[in-house]
Amino acid sequence: MMKVLIYPPNSLILADLVERMGHEAVVLMKQIAKKVRDPELDSPPINIVEEDLKRALKYLSVEEPSGVRGRVGLMIPLVDEAEAAIIVEDADPSFGCMACAAANDYIEYMIRSKGVPTLIVPYPYDEDAAKILVQNVTDFLRSLES
Amino acid sequence: MANETRIAQISCGTEYSGVQGKLNEVAERSGIKLVYPEVELDNVAEAVREFGYRAKSPGLNLMIARALSVLDDISVVDGVLLLTCFKCAEGSIVKNEIRKFLQRETDLPVITYSTVDHVKEGGLMIRLEALKTLVTRKTLLMRTKQEGITMGVDSGSSTTKCVIMKENEVIGTGWLPTTEVVGSAKKAIDLALEDAGMKMSEIGAVAVTGYGRHVVGDEIGADLVQEELTVNSKGAAFLADRQRGEATVLDIGGMDNKALTLNNAIPDDFTMGGVCAGASGRFLEITARRLGVDISELGDLALKGDASKIVMDSYCSIFGIQSLVSALGEGASKEDVAAAACRSVAEQVHEQQLQEVDLREPIIEVGGTALIEGLKVAFEDILGFDIIIPPYPQFAGAVGGALIVSAFVE
Repeated sequence: MMKVLIYPPNSLILADLVERMGHEAVVLMKQIAKKVRDPELDSPPINIVEEDLKRALKYLSVEEPSGVRGRVGLMIPLVDEAEAAIIVEDADPSFGCMACAAANDYIEYMIRSKGVPTLIVPYPYDEDAAKILVQNVTDFLRSLES
Repeated sequence: MANETRIAQISCGTEYSGVQGKLNEVAERSGIKLVYPEVELDNVAEAVREFGYRAKSPGLNLMIARALSVLDDISVVDGVLLLTCFKCAEGSIVKNEIRKFLQRETDLPVITYSTVDHVKEGGLMIRLEALKTLVTRKTLLMRTKQEGITMGVDSGSSTTKCVIMKENEVIGTGWLPTTEVVGSAKKAIDLALEDAGMKMSEIGAVAVTGYGRHVVGDEIGADLVQEELTVNSKGAAFLADRQRGEATVLDIGGMDNKALTLNNAIPDDFTMGGVCAGASGRFLEITARRLGVDISELGDLALKGDASKIVMDSYCSIFGIQSLVSALGEGASKEDVAAAACRSVAEQVHEQQLQEVDLREPIIEVGGTALIEGLKVAFEDILGFDIIIPPYPQFAGAVGGALIVSAFVE
């Protein structure tokens, strides 16, 4: 079993596929859930605090908008944790998204740069393409077992 | 809360910037309930098509959809707060276009703000207070003509100003440096009454604004106590005869400065300096003192000089003055030094502040420094905009107060 980071990081469909194939899906929901459940007073409902933004400063300059740093700070631990990754490019927002284009581009870049086994597939806009995507993802996840 | 003001928060990035908590806290203290216009994810693409601008960031497209959904049931909210991250280019475009859209399609007051991770509570508070004023005192702010006899007092951080108006004309003024807040206000009132040849009993209504507004308002029993954002905007637009359409008000004060963007004399964004004396009237006062001239003469002196002849190493009030003193020591003329000082303040305000707001023509310059002609010319040169200096620029806040409070006159 490997820790597989999915991108978009909140895609329930991708997370489900990864779990079904016996791997652990590394997803944003877990990180967000932690932020919601942790007892913090600063910033409900998502307790993004200064530490999250500081964490991103290791990668991004202070010139970056705070929302980009906040998102990257939240995602960094997930990228660190990943042993493999699946990126669905140009995904429809309903499939999962990060909401911020700059944070999206940067996190995708970080995943690609990490050097772990990574599958990059285009977002399917029809049923046939969706079947191909599922097949590609399944093959990739199986290859990780070996 | 029965009388709570419902403000639609249409934003991108506030939770991930860690500022949403502070925003909720400040809103609650201001008696504001923040609401989030509901949008189905499936409807975002259609809303973006209708709006005509498709952002690369899904969060900004969601903002557009939320803005459009406000129109579906406009009675649900009293005003709109538009927020995006500071320095986000795409966010700035979307925020500005949504502002224009809402101002075109609705009568809702809109306030915009760019958020940073260390968001200043004061900056949020004054915007939310202004939004609340725009909602709760809408009828007052619609007033474009002063009637009866009214008084406006502006208790500023450096100076206290008072005007008396009668039938849409300023008939008396009083001005003096602020020392003791209430004492200075009373003296300014006496000066204005003397100038107008009137007694206090003849004044129909009094408004107080400025940083000392609450204490002065209580002391003199004012009919209206209101924050300076809306009052200065009304006063500047009235004096410049620009009460319809868009404008920017530039108020370079003795200790701080403001740039306000207006739509029909109502502010929708502003930026406020105050951390650096080099970007305030204080720098010009120090320069005038060093040149041995009165501050009132500095502007005309600057018009005869050439700022490019002086090398300024810093905008700082300490090191900048050092540059001017060095230039004098090397034989520079007083005129060139005066011009360089005006240029320095204008450049600093431009670099530190004006780039935070979307400047709209015309620019109306108010505040005491508006009387320094050299500063106006320096701003025109840097910005490439014509700048209007209305009559009584140093009394804009007091005039705005006198104008608005005339609604209280029977």
